[in-house]
Amino acid sequence: MARKILTEHINVPGIETFDVYRKQGGYTAVEKAIKTMTPEAVVEEAKKSGVRGRGGAGFPMGMKWGFLAKPEGVPRYLVCNADESEPGTFKDHHLMKSIPHLLIEGMIISSFALGANKSFIYVRGELMYVIRILEKAIEEAKAKGFLGKNILGSGYDLELVVQPGGGAYICGEETALLESLEGKRGNPRNKPPFPAVKGLYQSPTVVNNVESIANMSWIINNGGDAYAAIGIGRSTGTKLISASGHIQKPGVYEIELGVSVEEFLNSDEYCGGIRKGHHLKALVAGGSSVPILPANLIMKTAAGEDRLMSYESLSDGGFATGTMLGSGGFIVFDETACIVRNTWNFSRFYHHESCGQCSPCREGTGWMEKVLHRIEHGHGSMHDIDLLVDISKKIEGNTICPLGDAAAWPVASAIRHFRDEFMWHITNPQEASQPGAVYQGEMALV
Amino acid sequence: MEEIKPQLIKITFDGIEVEVEPGTTIMQAARKIAEADESQAALVPPAMCFYKPLSASGGKCRACLVRVAQGSAKDPRPMPKLVPSCITQVQEGMVVENTTNQNVLDTRKSIVEFLLINHPLDCPICDQAGECHLQDFAFEHGSAKTRYEEERRTFDKIDIGPHVQLHMTRCILCYRCVYTADQITNKRVHGVMNRGDASEISTYIEKAIDNDFSGNVIDVCPVGALTDKTFRFKNRVWFTKPEDAHRDCDKCSGKVTLWYRGDEVIRVTARKNTWGEVNDFICNTCRFDKKKTSDWVLEGPSKVKRSSVISANKYRADLVKKPDFALKLASTQFKPIDDSRPYTTDEETIRHQSIENNDKANHRSLLAKNN
Ligand SMILES: Cc1cc2nc3c(=O)[nH]c(=O)nc-3n(C[C@H](O)[C@H](O)[C@H](O)COP(=O)(O)O)c2cc1C
Ligand code: SF4
Ligand code: SF4
Repeated sequence: MARKILTEHINVPGIETFDVYRKQGGYTAVEKAIKTMTPEAVVEEAKKSGVRGRGGAGFPMGMKWGFLAKPEGVPRYLVCNADESEPGTFKDHHLMKSIPHLLIEGMIISSFALGANKSFIYVRGELMYVIRILEKAIEEAKAKGFLGKNILGSGYDLELVVQPGGGAYICGEETALLESLEGKRGNPRNKPPFPAVKGLYQSPTVVNNVESIANMSWIINNGGDAYAAIGIGRSTGTKLISASGHIQKPGVYEIELGVSVEEFLNSDEYCGGIRKGHHLKALVAGGSSVPILPANLIMKTAAGEDRLMSYESLSDGGFATGTMLGSGGFIVFDETACIVRNTWNFSRFYHHESCGQCSPCREGTGWMEKVLHRIEHGHGSMHDIDLLVDISKKIEGNTICPLGDAAAWPVASAIRHFRDEFMWHITNPQEASQPGAVYQGEMALV
Repeated sequence: MEEIKPQLIKITFDGIEVEVEPGTTIMQAARKIAEADESQAALVPPAMCFYKPLSASGGKCRACLVRVAQGSAKDPRPMPKLVPSCITQVQEGMVVENTTNQNVLDTRKSIVEFLLINHPLDCPICDQAGECHLQDFAFEHGSAKTRYEEERRTFDKIDIGPHVQLHMTRCILCYRCVYTADQITNKRVHGVMNRGDASEISTYIEKAIDNDFSGNVIDVCPVGALTDKTFRFKNRVWFTKPEDAHRDCDKCSGKVTLWYRGDEVIRVTARKNTWGEVNDFICNTCRFDKKKTSDWVLEGPSKVKRSSVISANKYRADLVKKPDFALKLASTQFKPIDDSRPYTTDEETIRHQSIENNDKANHRSLLAKNN
């Protein structure tokens, strides 16, 4: 059994209550940090741990904290990004509903480290029941003196607010989230200024993912060095992976970074292998926005080494033969999956979710979706394939926020690796547009 | 006491060195070059959403993306992506590529293509013809054809208040009117609804834009989406003669442009600067109620830009300075037109030839469709 940092106690009955969580050693990290450490020392531990942001981009958390501006007389904020809307990613939801105090404990430690006296947890609006669970947990922590005024008699005050999100994927993008939190339409802001300088209400702000923050109690209890010793290379610690698709055991798993993709996919501890009687066709390793890989590129890197579940190994080979760890949404496709239909489906999502501020994303996502719709429904033509690649290139890198890239990559990578499947759809429109029809070409037989 | 001047920052823009004040954006630096030498006007990146007098505008349309080949003298690394020149501030030693970078020009072309997906190309009909920033942008940076074959979005025209008509079909979501409504009027009822390509400019249900400064949204709209109900389709800009004028007004500066057709004032607008921006917004009384010459003190003919359609032939390619590579391309692919043909005056022959030409054109377009 691999080491567990976040989910060690997740199955203990009643762990969602303060008392049970406390009995399992909960809130000792808050005591340690607030009573025995300075905020700078907490930041230092985060830096030593090497923990990288778990929201998708993988930026080192301690370094991000180090960028926070500290002008005199201006409040600072910590905002927890619990919007989680990437298709295929559902790990934060699992953590918050099962063990809410782990996040709250992390929020207290992180807020203390950053000098924030008011912090926010911005939760996807649809998850009303999770919001209630968090609010209840906050009440409990407050009653026990871990939140509110003068925490544990230290003179440090912290108010923690749970805010229901605006119900849009774009509200997970950190600057759109801040706009939404301020009560405005969730449109991303131009950067710079970055939130670390001008964030919530124009004040210095750190935005971190749920999982990133939840790591903090273990890091404080055991030390940043101990955390950094887990994992592989610059991918330190553990990672929650939400596994879905054509596997035996879909679910949320905590892995030590550095487990091989093969082991994660096939061992009984995790996904348990592909559905019985089927074989692997393609895989999306980090949520719908990262490039899709065909079976022959998944298990080995370009250099012929085992591909590991880590930031570096998954992106080895760049976009030509690699992908990204992203937010850890592991979506598996067997040979019954139609890549064209799936690409259209992903594209439909990004089209629907574009905020519409910048022209390449607003117009381009809709254009790609419509062309994919045509191809999937038997009305495509050969030049549509190159057209899609070109549109995706014209969106990528030219937009205000990364949603444009997120919309472009699935389309570009599907065509890069499964061009023959797109061509089959175009040359056999009658057959391809039948419900359940799937290309049976070379790719499917790997 | 001696005035302390901020230290100037030196940057290189398309090979031209220029010194600007700290805090200047790349776009402003380019405008500065063009203001000093009018022949460099084509160097200035196009702006569809940026509008200097409106704070927070810019960064959205991506028409002004440029490449920063060197971030600063201290950190000479190039910036990884193209950056919006309208909101990116210069740094000492920055090197910017605009018309000298093929990737920038290709991206600009694709921005035109994106914007024209949901903006009809019916300039001969549109009320903004001749004053449209998108028309200029498309002419200078676009491609003659689009690859878009899908259905486009259309809307009915609606009156959003007593003076202004909105035709969403033409809107390119630059947000300028939203910022105008937000920043210079009170009780804003006007904004963006929905998201993505379903976004629309709208007012709260059944609300009209009805305040003393509502007319300014017409002036800031870069295309023909927001039009002046007292003027729309009554005339064409190239038949008019603009005159600067002012009056004593208790609500605004009273500084306007009167647009004459013969002796008649057919439209009143705020004055625009070289970059098509209004610096002094005007009130609705000046704009809609004062249409007699006797209401005004005339100052003389407005300065018309050399590139304006009013100075005629705006759309002749030779008036627009093209980047070098385009000239090189043109010189290799140049095909002289054979103009030695005799003029035909016989009606029968003309009729015949035109039927023949039509057939040829139909044939060509059929071929193009089948390929
Ligand atoms: C369109 C879009 C949606 C995003 N959604 C989320 C989200 O739901 N949760 C999240 O933590 N990060 C999301 N992100 C990433 C955030 O912008 C940001 O990088 C992250 O919250 C930072 O936290 P971290 O450093 O702990 O990863 C999204 C980014 C984009 C572009
Ligand atoms: S990339 Fe898309 S989602 Fe992001 S700001 Fe632009 S239009 Fe909005
Ligand atoms: S109506 Fe005009 S000014 Fe308003 S967003 Fe649309 S194009 Fe811009």
